[in-house]
Amino acid sequence: MSNIQQVLKERILVLDGAMGTMLQAYKFTEEDFRGERFKDYPTPLQGNNDLLSITQPEAIKTIHGKYFEVGADIVETNTFSGTTIAMADYQMEDLVYELNYQSAKIAKEVADEFTAKEPHKPRFVAGSIGPTNRTASMSPDVNDPGYRAVTFDELRIAYKQQVEALVDGGVDLLLVETVFDTLNAKAALFAIEQVKEERNIDMPIMLSGTITDASGRTLSGQTAEAFLISVSHIPLLSVGFNCALGANLLQPHLEAVANKTDFAISAHPNAGLPNAFGEYDETPEEMGEQIEEYLKKNLINIIGGCCGTSPEHIRVIANITAKYKPREFVTLSAVEES
Amino acid sequence: MKIKQTKYMKLSGLEPLILNENSNFINVGERTNVAGSRKFLRLIKEEKFDEALDIARHQVDGGAQIVDINMDDGLLDGKESMVRFLNLIAAEPDICRVPMMIDSSKWEIIEAGLQVVQGKCVVNSISLKEGEEKFIWEAKQIKKYGAAVIVMAFDEVGQADNYERRIEIAKRSYDVLVKKVGFPSEDIIFDLNIFPVATGMDEHKRNAIDFIEATKWVRENLENVSVSGGVSNVSFSFRGNNTVREAMHSVFLYYAIQNGMNMGIVNPAMLEVYDDIPKDLLEHVEDVILDRRDDATERLLDFAETVKGTKAEKTVDLSWRENPLQDRITHALVKGLDAFIIEDIEEARLAANKPIEVIEGNLMTGMNVVGDLFGAGKMFLPQVVKSARVMKKAVAYLNPFIEAEKSDKSEPVGKILMATVKGDVHDIGKNIVSVVLACNNYEIVDLGVMVPPEKIIETAISERVDAIGLSGLITPSLDEMVYLAKEMQNKNFEVPLLIGGATTSKAHTAVKIDTQYNNAVVHVNDASRAVTVVGDLLNKKTAHAYVAKMKKDYDEFRTKFLKRGKEKSYISIEEARKRKYKIDWETSEIVKPKELGVQILKQLSLKELLPFIDWSPFFRSWDLHGKYPDILKDNVVGEQATQLFEDAQDMVQQIIAKQSLKPKAVFGLFEANSINEDDISVQKKSEEIAVFRTLRQQLKKRDGIPNHALADFVAPKESGKTDYMGAFCVGIFGAQELADSYKAKDDDYNAIMAQAIADRFAEAFAEYLHKQIRTKHWGYAANEDLTNQDLIKESYKGIRPAPGYPACPDHLEKETIWDLLDVEKLIGVTLTESLAMWPAAAVSGYYFGNPESKYFGLGKITDDQLTDYAERKGIDKSKARKWLHPNLAE
Repeated sequence: MSNIQQVLKERILVLDGAMGTMLQAYKFTEEDFRGERFKDYPTPLQGNNDLLSITQPEAIKTIHGKYFEVGADIVETNTFSGTTIAMADYQMEDLVYELNYQSAKIAKEVADEFTAKEPHKPRFVAGSIGPTNRTASMSPDVNDPGYRAVTFDELRIAYKQQVEALVDGGVDLLLVETVFDTLNAKAALFAIEQVKEERNIDMPIMLSGTITDASGRTLSGQTAEAFLISVSHIPLLSVGFNCALGANLLQPHLEAVANKTDFAISAHPNAGLPNAFGEYDETPEEMGEQIEEYLKKNLINIIGGCCGTSPEHIRVIANITAKYKPREFVTLSAVEES
Repeated sequence: MKIKQTKYMKLSGLEPLILNENSNFINVGERTNVAGSRKFLRLIKEEKFDEALDIARHQVDGGAQIVDINMDDGLLDGKESMVRFLNLIAAEPDICRVPMMIDSSKWEIIEAGLQVVQGKCVVNSISLKEGEEKFIWEAKQIKKYGAAVIVMAFDEVGQADNYERRIEIAKRSYDVLVKKVGFPSEDIIFDLNIFPVATGMDEHKRNAIDFIEATKWVRENLENVSVSGGVSNVSFSFRGNNTVREAMHSVFLYYAIQNGMNMGIVNPAMLEVYDDIPKDLLEHVEDVILDRRDDATERLLDFAETVKGTKAEKTVDLSWRENPLQDRITHALVKGLDAFIIEDIEEARLAANKPIEVIEGNLMTGMNVVGDLFGAGKMFLPQVVKSARVMKKAVAYLNPFIEAEKSDKSEPVGKILMATVKGDVHDIGKNIVSVVLACNNYEIVDLGVMVPPEKIIETAISERVDAIGLSGLITPSLDEMVYLAKEMQNKNFEVPLLIGGATTSKAHTAVKIDTQYNNAVVHVNDASRAVTVVGDLLNKKTAHAYVAKMKKDYDEFRTKFLKRGKEKSYISIEEARKRKYKIDWETSEIVKPKELGVQILKQLSLKELLPFIDWSPFFRSWDLHGKYPDILKDNVVGEQATQLFEDAQDMVQQIIAKQSLKPKAVFGLFEANSINEDDISVQKKSEEIAVFRTLRQQLKKRDGIPNHALADFVAPKESGKTDYMGAFCVGIFGAQELADSYKAKDDDYNAIMAQAIADRFAEAFAEYLHKQIRTKHWGYAANEDLTNQDLIKESYKGIRPAPGYPACPDHLEKETIWDLLDVEKLIGVTLTESLAMWPAAAVSGYYFGNPESKYFGLGKITDDQLTDYAERKGIDKSKARKWLHPNLAE
C-alpha cells in the first residue's frame, strides 16, 4: 500500500461526499433497517444508518464505489455514530465492535478493488469517528452549568472501542470529524494514542472541527485558532473543518488555521446552507466554483463534501482539484518516539 | 543575552494565547488558589461558587492572561472541587477565554483537571522530587492530554536553593523531557524557586540574584523553554509594609525579566512602577535584591520604618443616622437608601397606634417631600423610582402587621389602569409612569403588555378605575388607541384616558383619539407631567373645568394642525418616480459580498457589544435629557445622570457575569435588483426568493432634489448588473425574566433598568453586526476605522434602515424579512399581530451597501401610491391604508 503521507505531498486528495444523503435515496423502511437479523429487536431502528453496514451492506458498498468512481481518493466508513454512547439511543451498545469492524471491512474491500484496477491512484479508507451526541465541556441543563452528561473517561473508553474495531477492520487512517466540542475530540485523540501505543502501530489521523455560526467559533466556544492549538499536541495528518457551513463560509476559517499549522489542511463543507425545508440545494458546479477559490489560494491538501453532497459534487470537485497543486506543509518525521 | 528560541509556546482557552519574540511578560492570576487566598478557600468550603467565580473573573478583567487554580487543602475534596470549579468556569466565556493553569501537588487532581478543560492548559507542576520514573510517566500523560507543564527545580535530594543546583536540576529535567519523553521543548516552563531575601540569614542573601542568574542560564542554554515563578515570595520578610514590598517586586521583576523570566504569578495590585520608586528606596531595595552590600538588609530594614504606607480609608457619611426618626425616614426616601429603612419603620411602628399610621404619616410625609422636590425639578426620575423602591420595601414590611390588625387599608387617592396596547410589547415608559403615580399614592392596576382592548374595558369596569393610561411604541398601536377610545365611548365611559409612548403625539391624540371620546383624553409623554395631569383630572373640585379646558385646547390644536397639513403639496407617484435618486450604475462600485446566504450568530459575548452602546437614549428613557457623556457633567442633571450611569454600569457587569441576557442574530446577504421602479427583487442563483416593496417620497420638492425610495440604492434589473442587499434581525433574550425577578423583589428601579439596558444592547448589537457586515461578511468597507462616536453619527458607508422607521414605515415588510431569513425558527424572535418584535429588545432591518445610499424620511404619500402599493404587495387597499395611515396625506 502506498503511504498516504507520501501521496499527500504529491497531490490534493479527494475525500468522498455525504453518506446520509445517498442513503436517503434508497428510502429504506423500518423492515429494511432491521433485516432478517434484527427483525424482533425491541427498539425502532429506522434512522440508525450505521446499522446498514450489517443489514444492507450492498447499498453501503455501492455508495463507496460511486464515490471512488468519480475520483475520490478516500472514503469514510459508515461509522459516524459508532460508539456505545451514540448507539445507546438504539440500545445497540453491544454491537459497536461489529458495526465498526464490518463497516471498515466493506469499505476496504471496495478500496482494494479500485486500487487493483488503478494502481497509480491508490484508494484509502478513513475510519469515521463522530462527535457522539453528548458534550464533555458543556452542560445540557441551563440551570446547572456545572453538570456534564458525559465524562472524558466515558468518551475515551467508548472511542477506544470504536478505534480498535476500525483498525481491526483494516482502515488506513482515522477521521475524527464534526468536532463541536474540543474536549470530546481530545478524548478521541487520547484513545487513539492509547491504541497506537498498545499495538505499537502508526495510524494517520485527520481531525476536522465544526464552526457553528458567524461568530467563527465551535459550539463549545473556541475560535478556529484556539481549536487548532488545543489539538496540536498529537501529530495529525491533517486538520480542518467540515459541516455546518457551505464552502464559501468555511473559507475564512480555513485561512485562519492554514498559515498557523504545519499539518495538512482538510475541508469537507456542506452543499451550501439548508433551505427552508432543511434541504441542501447547492449544485455541484456552484460548490466547485467556491472550492476553486480555496485551490487558487493554495489552502488545501484534502477536500471533500459533507451534508447534501453527492457523487456529482465530488466528480466536479475532483476534476477541478486535479488542476491544482497541494498546499505545502511540513512532514512530521522525527517527532515521535512514544 | 542570547535567548535560545526557535519555537514558541501556544496555549488556549476559548481564545489563543501565543508567545513570540515580542511577547511581554505573561501574568498568571493567583487569587483562585486556596493555599494563597483565605477568602477563596472559605468560598470553596462554603460552596459559594458564584463568588468564587467572581474572583476568577476579576483576575481576567484585571489582566491575568492565565488563571491558576489550586484546591490543595486538607479539608477539601481537592479532586471534586477542582472538577466542579473548572466545569463552572467552562460555562463563563469571560473567564475561560484564557488558558487555565491546573495547580496541584497531587497527580490525581491534575489529571481530573485535564479531563474537563477543552483548551490547552498548563500543569503546575511536576518535578524529579520522587524520581525519574514518576516524572517520565506524568510527563507522558500530560503530553497525551495536550498541556504545557511547569517543572519545579526540585529533585530526589531536595529543592534547588542556589545557582548551581538550579541549573543542574533544570538541565537534567530538560534532557529527560525532551529526549526520553519527546515532550515539546516550547511547552516546558521552569519554576526556578523564588525565595525571600532580607531574612537576616546570610544564606538567604543571594536568593534573588541566584534566581536571576539561573534564569539567564536556562534561557540561554535550554532551547525554547520559559521561566516562571511566584514573585511575592521574594518580599516575604516585609509583610505589612506594602510600600517596600511593592518596590521589591518591581525591582525583582525588572532584573528577572531582563534576564529571561517571561511569566510569573504576580498580584498587579502589589506592584509599583519601577520608574516611580523614590530614588532612596530604590537604592536600598536594589542593594538587597542584587546583594550589593553586606549591610543591605539592615539598611533596608531601617529605611523601611520611614516609608510605611499610609493609605486613606474611604468612609460613608452616616451622620444622618443621628437625626430624629421622621427626618431619617424622609432622608431614606429622598436619597433612595434602603439599608436602614426596616429598622426605622419598625421604630415608627412601635411608636404608632396602628401600623397603618406609619404609611399615612411617616412614609407619606417623606413621599410628599419627594413629590415636591420632583415637581420643582430638584429631583429626577431615577431618584423618584429609587424612592419608590424604598417605599415599597417599607410597605411590604408593614403589610403583615396591617393585615393582622384587620384595620382599614390606606385609602389611595385614585386607581389607575395602565396597559401597553394589543400587539405592542414596549413598556419601559409605562412602568416608569406607573411607579411615579404609585409614589403619589395612586393605586396602579398594571395589565402588562399586549393587552387586548376587551380586557382593558372589562378590567376598567370590574376594578372601577378612575383613569386609564395607554402606552405604545410602534405605529400600529396608534390604531389600537383609537379603537379603545371608540369602545370607551360606546360603553359610555366617563373616566379620563391618558395616552403615552414614543410613537404617540399631541397631534395624533388631538386629531384621532380625542374626537372619538367625549370625555378627557390627554397626551402625557413625560412621566414627570403624569402626576400633575392625573391630579388635575381626578380632583373633584377642578376636574370639570380642567377637562373642558383640555377639550378646548385639543380642539384648537386640531384645527390649527389640520390647516397646516393642507399647505403642503404633493406630486403624483409617476412624477415622483421620474424624480428618483439616480445612481450612475455604469461607474458605481458594486461589491460582491464575501459571504452570500443566511447566517446565524448566537455565540457572542455581551462584552463585545459594550463599546457599541449609545448611552444617550438610555438617559432619555429616564427623562434625563442631554448627550452622553456631556450629560454626566450637566449643571442640572449631571449628578443624577452620573448616579444612574453608575447603577447601570453595575447592572451591566452583573448581566455579563451571569449571562442573564443572551444576544442572538440572523442575517443574510443576497443578490438583488430593483424592479418596477420601487420594488427590490431578492435572488438566490438568479431566482427570485423575496420581493421588498419600498415607498417613495411624494412631497413636492425644489428642482434637482430627488424623491427618494430605498429601491433607488439597488441597481435596476435593466442595468444588467447583479447588485446585492441584506437583511437582519438581532434580539436580546432574557430581559423580561430579569425585570420580573426584580419586580418580584419590589424593585422597580432595577426592573426598569434591566429593560432599558437590554434595549441598549439590542441597538449596540445592530451596530456591531452592521460593522461586521461592512468589514467582514459583505466586506465593502474592509478597512474602515470608525470610533463609536462616528457610528452614532452614522458616518459609515451604507445604511441599515428598519421597517417601521422613517425611510420605510411599513411594518408589514418585517414579514418579508421573517420569511427570507426564517427569523423565528433560527433565533426565536417573533412578531406580534401589530408586528412588534418579541423579545422587545430587538432590531430588524435591511442592509444597503452602495456608498450613495443614505437615510431619509418618507414623509406623506398620496392615495395613488397607496393604491399602487397595495396592488404590488397583493393586499387589500384597506389593509394597506391601515398600516400606512400615519403616512397618508389627507
